[in-house]
Amino acid sequence: MITLEVDGKTVEVESGSTVMDAANKLGVHVPHFCYHKKLSIAANCRMCLVEVEKAPKPLPACATPATQDMKVYTRSEQAKTAQKGVMEFLLINHPLDCPICDQGGECQLQDLAVGYGGSGSRFNEAKRIVRTKELGPLVSASEMSRCIHCTRCVRFGQEIAGVMELGMAGRGEHSEIMSFVGSTVDSELSGNMIDVCPVGALTSKPFRYAARTWELARRKTVSPHDALGSNLTAQVKGDTVIRVVPFENAELNECWISDRDRFSYEGLNASDRLLSPMLKIDGQWEEVDWAVALDHIKEKLISSNIKPERIGAFATPQATTEELYLFQKLIRALGSENIDYRLRQTDYDVRPNGYKPWLAMNVSDIENLDRILVIGSNIRKEQPLLAHRMRQAVKKNDASLAFINPMKSDSLVPTAEDFLVVPSQITGLLGEVVKAVSLLLDRSVPEGLDDISVGSDADRIAQMLVSGERKLILVGALCRNHPDRSKIEQLSHLIGQLVEANVGLLTEGPNSLGAEVVNNLPGSDGLNAGEMMSTALDAYFLLHAEMSEDSCAPGLAAGVLKSAPLVVALNAFKGEVSEYATVILPVSPFSETAGTFINLEGTPQSFGPVAPTKGLSRPAWRLIAALGKLFGCTDFEYQSIEDVRAELKDHLDNFRGELQAKYEVGSIEKQRRSDVQDEIERVSDVPMYSVDSIVRRAPALQLTKEAQHDFVWVSSDLSIKLDISDQDVVRVEQGENHFDLPARVDSNLMSSAVRVSMNSRASKVIGGVAGTVRISKIQSTGALA
Amino acid sequence: MSDEKLLSADAYRAIDKEIAKYPEGRKSSAVMAALAIAQNEIGWVSESVVEDVAGYLDMRPIAVWEVATFYGMYNLEKPGRSKLAICTNLPCALQGANKTVDQLKLKLGIDFNETALDGSVTLKEAECMGACGDAPVVIINDREMRGKIGVSDIDALIEELKAR
Ligand code: SF4
Ligand code: FES
Ligand code: FES
Repeated sequence: MITLEVDGKTVEVESGSTVMDAANKLGVHVPHFCYHKKLSIAANCRMCLVEVEKAPKPLPACATPATQDMKVYTRSEQAKTAQKGVMEFLLINHPLDCPICDQGGECQLQDLAVGYGGSGSRFNEAKRIVRTKELGPLVSASEMSRCIHCTRCVRFGQEIAGVMELGMAGRGEHSEIMSFVGSTVDSELSGNMIDVCPVGALTSKPFRYAARTWELARRKTVSPHDALGSNLTAQVKGDTVIRVVPFENAELNECWISDRDRFSYEGLNASDRLLSPMLKIDGQWEEVDWAVALDHIKEKLISSNIKPERIGAFATPQATTEELYLFQKLIRALGSENIDYRLRQTDYDVRPNGYKPWLAMNVSDIENLDRILVIGSNIRKEQPLLAHRMRQAVKKNDASLAFINPMKSDSLVPTAEDFLVVPSQITGLLGEVVKAVSLLLDRSVPEGLDDISVGSDADRIAQMLVSGERKLILVGALCRNHPDRSKIEQLSHLIGQLVEANVGLLTEGPNSLGAEVVNNLPGSDGLNAGEMMSTALDAYFLLHAEMSEDSCAPGLAAGVLKSAPLVVALNAFKGEVSEYATVILPVSPFSETAGTFINLEGTPQSFGPVAPTKGLSRPAWRLIAALGKLFGCTDFEYQSIEDVRAELKDHLDNFRGELQAKYEVGSIEKQRRSDVQDEIERVSDVPMYSVDSIVRRAPALQLTKEAQHDFVWVSSDLSIKLDISDQDVVRVEQGENHFDLPARVDSNLMSSAVRVSMNSRASKVIGGVAGTVRISKIQSTGALA
Repeated sequence: MSDEKLLSADAYRAIDKEIAKYPEGRKSSAVMAALAIAQNEIGWVSESVVEDVAGYLDMRPIAVWEVATFYGMYNLEKPGRSKLAICTNLPCALQGANKTVDQLKLKLGIDFNETALDGSVTLKEAECMGACGDAPVVIINDREMRGKIGVSDIDALIEELKAR
């Protein structure tokens, strides 16, 4: 520890700290631009100059190491003169037109200029003009003359996003922040550059000139787009959310959020937002009163004589815990056990002894790991900020990071190892890893695996896992939606128990754990999601679910629903559900209701509404309670969300204990990997910007490269073998069905794999599940080459 | 990466030699040398040169671009037959570099970073070459330095370069 004095106040800091750290600890504000607590020190703006006793000239606080008995003056004459001087230089080329700048009112340069700048300029020469840069649909760089070259955006790319997309070209007076000749900024964390930019150079494209900061109400909320549950500040003008920025939470998102969390608010204001209940009368949708819609449902249930076991219910993990709790209570009160939230899964086997899917550790501890094995996940797309934590683990602890995937992982970690397997071989490879690990640890090889041969890849994985101390095996979406999900989980847990690693299951949406906790799952004789999608029932209730997008059987599910006499859709948007629903009840998206999401580390996070409800729409929990009362079910008297929470309390109090339950591995089935791979396998992913109904309606995100998913991606080997190039039309045959769609060559895919997204148009015909497919070229469009 | 190589095998061998001068895993340290080698062969640092060097050194293209645009010796456009760079830093400026510059611009009919219509000379602005004793200093094709170049020397200099 070092003791020093800042502005006459004594402070103790750890050795290795800077003067800036010491000042921060005391709460002394030192003006700065290039310094950012999460980024490396650049010391290029010089705004933080302070006086240090015995130093011949002012020193930059951000880059000066604190030393024992140092005396620092941040507000002395010398310091102030230096700061004023720097400010004058910074403003030489900076436009002095804050009133027309989008950053006006929330600009660090503006704030500091008021504090340290002159009231007029002595600079009469021409200011330098920097040309606009085009960085894609999310980040605007139309005002690069405002840039003060702090390089925060560049360092953010290098150090946090993991990929350097912006750089500072030229030098001196000719320096310009840019991307390499016209390429867009495609990082899934790119929006954070807007936050770190201290001036109005990088701004949010969708938000540009939509409002002034002082017109906005700021309300804290929780992200509904992934299982991390990033904390957000929703900024609301009038009744409308018009910007979302991070709310710092060191345990979860730190001061970052993914672009998905940042830009999907646009979807809340989509043109097909429902403002009134709707009823299909003689094939026509008509807006009706609440009473009419509800009576219709009741009347239909009775008049069509719908039996309880002929009622099915789908929810998505986008729903709050309160909603999911009441939803299952309602369906069960109606006498049905057919309820499920696992719409994209295909293997519904129950986990042993009530084991719940979760990360099995704290998010913030990921940085401290030294061995990470990810199975079946494109982690950057699935959980962008977990990928960032993993990169930090590699940086801090030199952690070994490895992936078992059908494609190269694109993790942005140069040292990461990829072990490529097609989906059907994942269990086989894991079986071999179990054997290899057992041999390395001198344990007996589990029965069923004793006579298999161990491939060199399995051996390498085993080597990595038996060494190291703090380990995580992380099972991702490709495994969750895999037909062999439960086997993969079982083998992963077995490996985890052998090598003493945490085994984390990445969960879908913001609230899968909530759905598990309140048992939004079929009862013992109930139908699971898959069964409900393939057997035509008489009545369906859908909570936030858009079956053509949120399920693994888009075409099948929509078809089955179309034939049902009663389909009640509780949704915020009309577009999709109007294709198969018979009644649509407008419910609030997360932003207009109170609720609780339980994230993947098991932290329940409650939030309130950030905006008033729109039109006649109502929070789903209220509506479900009203339906309960209407159907004459007992115990549906809820005045406020607190009443629901009170009833949920036991669940919420107990589940953290339940999470500690050990996964009982049980007996292992024989696993074998075939050596020859002559069939082509389909990988079925859920694209990053298709995960839920709000994201899918966010226009800016949908313009990104990442959002384009109506393709069949073909591995380089296959593209050569079958003479397929980008844009050729290719037929994909799976099972009995086929679909033609444009091709893209993807050099990351392993040789015998193609990728067709679960949300692609093709999936409506050929289904959304991984499996064997046949591929043929139908038409070449790129014939010129 | 495509199979077609941008540079000759010799050039890549020369780059490998540069890479070997640095510790393992520090390939990117050879970026300046690699750009120079590439420029020597292609004549200038085109976008494809930047991409190729980036690929070869495992760097992001923008990181290579930063280097290429920082140093004056890389030609970001195809230069004329000769490249004439004149120092405009303080000592040279005090010795009348600006007048020399004006005369050069006048006689060649071009501004900095432009090439004379007949393709003979590209005019560049340079930073201090550490030869301030001979100010004002010019350098031809990054290699040939001439000192004490005043307004009266310009005609002969241009004559000489045009003849090349
Ligand atoms: S664009 Fe913004 S963050 Fe980037 S260097 Fe300029 S001022 Fe700094
Ligand atoms: S904040 Fe210290 S030099 Fe920029
Ligand atoms: S200033 Fe021109 S060579 Fe040094």
